[in-house]
Amino acid sequence: MRKFTIILLILTLAIGFAYAKKNQITCSGSTTVLPIAQAGAEAYMDAHPDVNISVRGGGSGVGIAALQNGTVQIANSSRPIKSKEVSACKAKGINPTPYAVANDGIAIVVHKSNHVKDLSVAQIKDIYTGKISNWKELGGASLPIVIVSRDVASGTFEVFNEKALNGAKVVASAQLLASNNAVVSAVESTPGAIGYAGLGYITPEVNIVSVERVTPSTSTVKDGSYKLSRKLYMYTNGKATGDVGSFIGWLQSAAGQKIVEEQGFISIR
Amino acid sequence: MSKRELRNLAGKSLVGILCAITAGMLIVFLYGIFSRGIGVLSWEFISQPPRSGMTEGGIFPAIVGTFWLTLLSIAIALPMGILCAIYLYSYGRPLWFVKLVKLAINTLVGIPSIIYGLFGMAVFVNMLSLDVSLISGALTLAILALPLIINAAEEALQGVPKDFTEASIALGAPISKTILRVVLPTAMPNILTGTIISIGRVAGETAPIMFTAATFYSRRLPSSLSHEVMALPYHIFALMTEGSKGSLQAPIAYGSAVVLLLMVLGVSSIAIIIRYRFRRNKQW
Amino acid sequence: MQIMEKSFKTLSYIAALFSIAAVFGIILSIFLEGLPLFKVVSIQEFIWGNAWYPTHGEAPQFGIRNLLIGSVYATLGALVIAVPLGLGSAIFISEIATPRLREIAKPAVELLAAIPSVVYGLFGMAILAPFIRELFDLSTGLNLLSTSIILGLMVVPIIASMSEDALSTVPKHMREASLALGATQWETITGVVLPAARSGIVGSVLQGFGRAIGETMVVLMVAGGSAQIPGSIFESLRPLTSTIAAEMGETVMGDLHYRSLFAIAIVLFLITFVTNLVAELVFLKRRLK
Repeated sequence: MRKFTIILLILTLAIGFAYAKKNQITCSGSTTVLPIAQAGAEAYMDAHPDVNISVRGGGSGVGIAALQNGTVQIANSSRPIKSKEVSACKAKGINPTPYAVANDGIAIVVHKSNHVKDLSVAQIKDIYTGKISNWKELGGASLPIVIVSRDVASGTFEVFNEKALNGAKVVASAQLLASNNAVVSAVESTPGAIGYAGLGYITPEVNIVSVERVTPSTSTVKDGSYKLSRKLYMYTNGKATGDVGSFIGWLQSAAGQKIVEEQGFISIR
Repeated sequence: MSKRELRNLAGKSLVGILCAITAGMLIVFLYGIFSRGIGVLSWEFISQPPRSGMTEGGIFPAIVGTFWLTLLSIAIALPMGILCAIYLYSYGRPLWFVKLVKLAINTLVGIPSIIYGLFGMAVFVNMLSLDVSLISGALTLAILALPLIINAAEEALQGVPKDFTEASIALGAPISKTILRVVLPTAMPNILTGTIISIGRVAGETAPIMFTAATFYSRRLPSSLSHEVMALPYHIFALMTEGSKGSLQAPIAYGSAVVLLLMVLGVSSIAIIIRYRFRRNKQW
Repeated sequence: MQIMEKSFKTLSYIAALFSIAAVFGIILSIFLEGLPLFKVVSIQEFIWGNAWYPTHGEAPQFGIRNLLIGSVYATLGALVIAVPLGLGSAIFISEIATPRLREIAKPAVELLAAIPSVVYGLFGMAILAPFIRELFDLSTGLNLLSTSIILGLMVVPIIASMSEDALSTVPKHMREASLALGATQWETITGVVLPAARSGIVGSVLQGFGRAIGETMVVLMVAGGSAQIPGSIFESLRPLTSTIAAEMGETVMGDLHYRSLFAIAIVLFLITFVTNLVAELVFLKRRLK
């Protein structure tokens, strides 16, 4: 039996070394950038069959940590890199370089039956900190507000926290869900719910609320008039070259940005 | 009917009803998964990589990834586990050391799988710089499988009649030979069934591979130990939580769940059938 | 020959050492990564603090009380469901079912114990939670009730198969003696068989507890994730395990948040270790008899 397992192991290794030579790009990080990276990788690989791109989620922090450890070539991030992370990278001789690959607006969403159409940033803050707890205070029906948020560690939360909440703490009764997708489906099925998610995740089954009278759209996100907008990045070590450079370059090109738009995000061009 | 008879009847019906509720709940559960997932299955589904932003195509890389993760981890844990069981069975001294080993094994069994994941991440991925890879995941899962295999192997060895060993030793065979030629072959069917059952456990684990081996999307099949892999259980989780197109991806998650269930339940049934046959045909 | 003998012994000794090394490795790694947190946050603050804001800009807070209580609630909820069902099934299979039925039921229970937890999570998230929400007209189905049901369902096979083992080791002559004295079958079960198998049954419940409190995927997918103490069974919660799984991906390696998640792992480890040890002592008591 042991001989059998040893033979198997050797066999595995042999197969491993036989095929390990293919050009490999690994990217990891933000779950918001995931659909862009995945769909982009798929299309890029169709055009360049000799390259393999593996796409992993995990979160913005994971991606940057992996870049810092030299285990991935691309770190996806839904927020700019933090100074702490930059110094950690520098200590290891890594020079994180950002490439914006898409624009994204964080849309505030409510249930289809909700008549509230617009919220100010201050109102959003009051809702998420628990000061406003019923829709009637905002001109809606008398219905308790169910707060849906992202995990406090996610890149989307960080941007929302900075731009809408000014760093205030989200009330403890808020549901903290692990992904944009989970937030949208929770709002979709909960009449009193309010949530937020990247534009790429918004389905027709929920209502988008305008913020300070501005609806998130291609133009308002691009020119920055929509308050809750951000850029999505891919970070590489130094200037992206070789296969990595051509992949990112392609993603930033018109052809790549078409895929970005197909995934529901906003082009940077 | 006397009061006692009535209570007898009531008590027996109660446990009968409890058993029926259990069975009913589990049937609803299995039906819920299978009824939604079975329609998704097709040759394309199990033989193609995902396409169109993970909304079409199949789950082939995930099946292959789970296969390799499981095979490698068992290949590492099995010889280790059998040797450890042999130590407990045949040498068993000093006593305090044996007690310590047993305490260690029991502790390992009880450790939550997410802690295995953290351990794998801290040690294999970061400290040993193996990165998120097939080998990191397989090593993590191997440690998770180790106590299961040791327990199964030790039980199997204990099941070998003492007459066998004594006869062998009386004939002048040394301990190593007695174990390799007499005890191990006799115990092997039981060791194997125990191992197969732990295969089921390893194949279905998600938390230990989340940070050590699993990737969301890769078209290429794993061909080196340093590649990260797609894996069925993680694929189900990722589609349900990280996917961006819920209604299109849920069917794929159900389909993957059916494939995973069929793999795990299939493998476990084989073990149970082997054991049943073996017990029935036992000649001593 | 001598060499063969020696090396064989050494090899098996090394394998045994390895299992100990694995445990120490795990303990060491989570303690090394987690303990530095307590240089900054006091243990009291960590265990009893009621605010979990690990990423807050100026003043992050690392109080896990709500998470700890969330874990305990979910686990107790699971046991409320799993103990009657599991024990009832074990009694039925071992004492009442016909041999034919038993031949089928025993392996079936064993098979069910092999179902991957992520599949339970999928069922809970996509099928049970919407159903519960509709049924009780709630704002969310991702709550304590759904979590308890799914975790309970998952633990039933464990309690059932281990209790069944304990019941079937009760010698036949004890049952026969009781029946011969004129006791009914139910009186025999409650008066003779259950007390005789008591320690094994308690052990099975403790194992179920350990399994439920350590389960990750189910709670990650079904519990809803609010870092609060659920005020009713219809509110969301955030157990320890799902906190680790959901947040580990987003931490900066080596920072306080990262350390705090390993510190949670230490707490989790201690809980399961003690539970396990107690369960083991219960079993040992039986073995000594």
